[in-house]
Amino acid sequence: MLGAFTPFGADHPLDLPVAAMAARVRDKDDALTAVELVQTALLRIELLDPGLNAFLCVTGELGLAQAAAVDAKVQAGEDPGPLAGVPLAVKDNLAVPGAPMTCASKILEGYSPPTWATSVERAIGAGACVVGKTNLDEFAMGSSTENSAFGPSRNPYDPARVPGGSSGGSAAAVAAGMAPLALGSDTGGSIRQPAALCGIVGLKPTYGRVSRSGLVAFASSLDQVGPMARSAADARALLQAIAGTDPLDATTRPMPALEPDESTRLDGLRYGTVTEFGLDGVPGGEQAQAAVNGVRATLDAAGASSVAISLPLVTSSIPVYYIVAPAEASSNLARYDGVRYGRRAEDVDSLQALYARTRDEGFGDEVKRRILIGTFALSSGYADAYYKKAMAARTRLREQFDAAFEQCDVLLSATTPTAAFGVGEKADDPLAMYLCDILTVAANLAGIPAISIPCGMTTDGLPLGLQLWGRPGSEGQLLDVAERIAEASGHGYVAPSVKGAE
Amino acid sequence: MSDAPRVLVGVEVHLQLKTTTKCFSPSAYHYGADPNTLIDPVVMGLPGALPVLNREAVRLAIRTGLALGCEIAEVTKWDRKNYFYPDLPKGYQISQFDQPLCFDGGIEIDDDEGNPKRVRIRRAHLEEDTGKSTHDEGGNKSRVDLNRAGAPLLEIVSEPDMTSAGEAERYLNALREIVSFLGTSDGNMQEGNLRCEPNVNVIFANGDKTAIVEVKNINSVRNMGRAIECEVERQTREYHEHGRVMGNTPRSTRGWDDVNGTTVHQRFKESADDYRYFPEPDLPPLHIERRYVEAERADLPELPRARRTRYRDTLGLSAYDTEILTAGPAISAWFERALAGPTGARDAKLVANWVQGELMRHLNEQKASLEDVALQPEELGELVDLVTAGTINARTAKELFRELVVSGGSPAAIVEARGLAQVSDRGAVEAAVRAAMERHAQAVEDFRGGNAKARGRIFGEAMKELKGQGDPKQVNEVLTELLG
Repeated sequence: MLGAFTPFGADHPLDLPVAAMAARVRDKDDALTAVELVQTALLRIELLDPGLNAFLCVTGELGLAQAAAVDAKVQAGEDPGPLAGVPLAVKDNLAVPGAPMTCASKILEGYSPPTWATSVERAIGAGACVVGKTNLDEFAMGSSTENSAFGPSRNPYDPARVPGGSSGGSAAAVAAGMAPLALGSDTGGSIRQPAALCGIVGLKPTYGRVSRSGLVAFASSLDQVGPMARSAADARALLQAIAGTDPLDATTRPMPALEPDESTRLDGLRYGTVTEFGLDGVPGGEQAQAAVNGVRATLDAAGASSVAISLPLVTSSIPVYYIVAPAEASSNLARYDGVRYGRRAEDVDSLQALYARTRDEGFGDEVKRRILIGTFALSSGYADAYYKKAMAARTRLREQFDAAFEQCDVLLSATTPTAAFGVGEKADDPLAMYLCDILTVAANLAGIPAISIPCGMTTDGLPLGLQLWGRPGSEGQLLDVAERIAEASGHGYVAPSVKGAE
Repeated sequence: MSDAPRVLVGVEVHLQLKTTTKCFSPSAYHYGADPNTLIDPVVMGLPGALPVLNREAVRLAIRTGLALGCEIAEVTKWDRKNYFYPDLPKGYQISQFDQPLCFDGGIEIDDDEGNPKRVRIRRAHLEEDTGKSTHDEGGNKSRVDLNRAGAPLLEIVSEPDMTSAGEAERYLNALREIVSFLGTSDGNMQEGNLRCEPNVNVIFANGDKTAIVEVKNINSVRNMGRAIECEVERQTREYHEHGRVMGNTPRSTRGWDDVNGTTVHQRFKESADDYRYFPEPDLPPLHIERRYVEAERADLPELPRARRTRYRDTLGLSAYDTEILTAGPAISAWFERALAGPTGARDAKLVANWVQGELMRHLNEQKASLEDVALQPEELGELVDLVTAGTINARTAKELFRELVVSGGSPAAIVEARGLAQVSDRGAVEAAVRAAMERHAQAVEDFRGGNAKARGRIFGEAMKELKGQGDPKQVNEVLTELLG
């Protein structure tokens, strides 16, 4: 296997579908080893990441040790699991002992967690090998990865543009081929939006499907860990590994199985088109709308039927989200006070000064902005008008989704109104940035699953994403439909040509 | 009388529940461990750590709530109380805001005239304790010990139904006694597993009310009483001197100064922190099945006040015996076990005599506790049975008791093995009495000469002759006959 050590090339094993890659590692008679895969991934990171800044930390030693353990199991005749030897990139808000965990914030300076995030631990248990921790918007607050204290990540399709966010590092890592799989977290679209902008698959599971233990909380009632991959099949493999109830997270619940259902057909599928998600009149939304319409045509040709759906409360989802998420964040981020771990301000003469200085120096502007909004929203005299009203709106929104799913099997929309925007383009306009989430936050508010899959390119060669929404627990079905759409439409992951890959 | 000002006292109690692990994490908790040794990622508030409810804490809270006469919520939830302090690791405390686990209860106490009176309990909710901060004297360093952080607390809030320091003390004592009989808390104020904050104000005959004052830093029942007395006096004085009443004076918090025996102003409630309560998203609401509540209710032990009434009214025990035998859960349980005979309850007064007499004397003399006593309550019961049946006499019984209390064992078996049973054979008793009379001819002469005391000597000798196993009544009869 001479080719295994060249990091790039046609039919490179690292570019295989995950099941095929793992199958080769698990095959004792196949010379491909987990160590080779991890070495290749590390080499690609070394070559490509300086231009992309997808990784905050490369965990070569850890990944190679895990790979060696996988290979040892294969040699011993034991099954290392369905993700055997598959390199995994982990968003840097998930705990990996031995590696720093920064959440892209200066406030966690020097912090390394003592215990594993359940999702990461389970992926490793299935044979995955962690090659690094990926960049994100600070504490997952943002839609471009520009809010990272360690510089923005770049979009592999155009490094002048953002990869989306907040799981932008994970998306860029997968899109650039540095890791076939990545873990992200999605509070308002943070898996799906960067997946769309980077031309890959990203799935936000039903709330409670995947343990949040070891995920640094942003907005606890909205956060979910999910897979990012080059195909729906790969995403399913990772989701199957990480899903399931966890005694360490009281909000996890038993859910329907995730096995592929070969009988799922586009013929007879009822897909809902949500009026409120239409992009007509949205500036720059024509190409995304055209791409979605293209998929609709494919679906219709395959025998699916369109159902017009109205979800009136979706129009309120941005304000509702920007009350609930900052409110919970203001409480979740109170622990970063400089007392027990992380950064602590020097030369302070009072407790108040310790708190104020530590947090002022440690948090970036966007985080501060959200703490302020959230603190205000929960304040005595305002909580009824804001937080409680927002929570009531969530309940109503969930009811509207329930009603919609009585009329159709899945909902279909664009993932983002536009393709990737330029680095710096919206950085000074928080409101414009918040509007990036308009097509994604409702899934978090309602706790339902949604997946973004590639659905073509803009005329500039930038990826666009199609989003499928399902009823609670229907990830298996969403993945089935995503696979059928990919087959029928021919849309899928197209490797970018990235500098360093020559 | 009606012109006298009325005092209103309510008491807020924080009761640490006796679980082996913390309220929302598997970390162990007990008093007195080295600082920061009983901690884990949840207690530390590490990023990514999530709370998981300790069901045992809920069970103990429900049992306590039931014993305090409370309703138990069908659905309860958790809320975050947000504030910054170094001993609060997450920057919020998991508590219960608007749906407390227990509510609308009350317990009976004696009022100042000795009549029964109900003190209503508004609510009792479960929450996690904070850590402990200590501040170096002189220096400018503070230390935080997180051992206590996350320990389960039941916050019990009474209505302002108490009208004197004495009533408040009796309320607190009754509460402590109830939880100690339940075993749901140690209720030890010194170790801080029971903390109390009385709130006090005064209403005058003309309807004027003083502003409510809450007093903190109280470390004993008596000091709570002193703090209340001090507040009543202070508020009354300030009313008369400065006209300070509710309306022109805000609610405030004062601290008890143990050394000077006064309360000291800490802060006004008007500037109270805004805790920004909101539902804890990490913990789902708790649905409590009625079957579960009823099973716990059925399993509650008899509570001290009810037990006292029963001892006095049904068992006919004296006030003194009753007091001693309900002084604590251990002694009371011991007595109950000794009382329960194989074929129904034993004579309560007899058993009570042994427990409050011989047993307590032994404990006092040896400075021992009940756990150190080898004698099992059932064995004492057996001993009482042997005396009642006339198998052994009182003296043998007492000697046997002194041995059993140290070594334990079945009294019946020992009596059998050593032949300690009372000698009731008339011939043997006569022989012993004659022998005693022969040996002490002088005493016999003295007695017959009118010295009544000399009879005792002969009696004693006869008993000695019988190795102490004679039935004293029978020996006396024979002695009377033979002495003529």
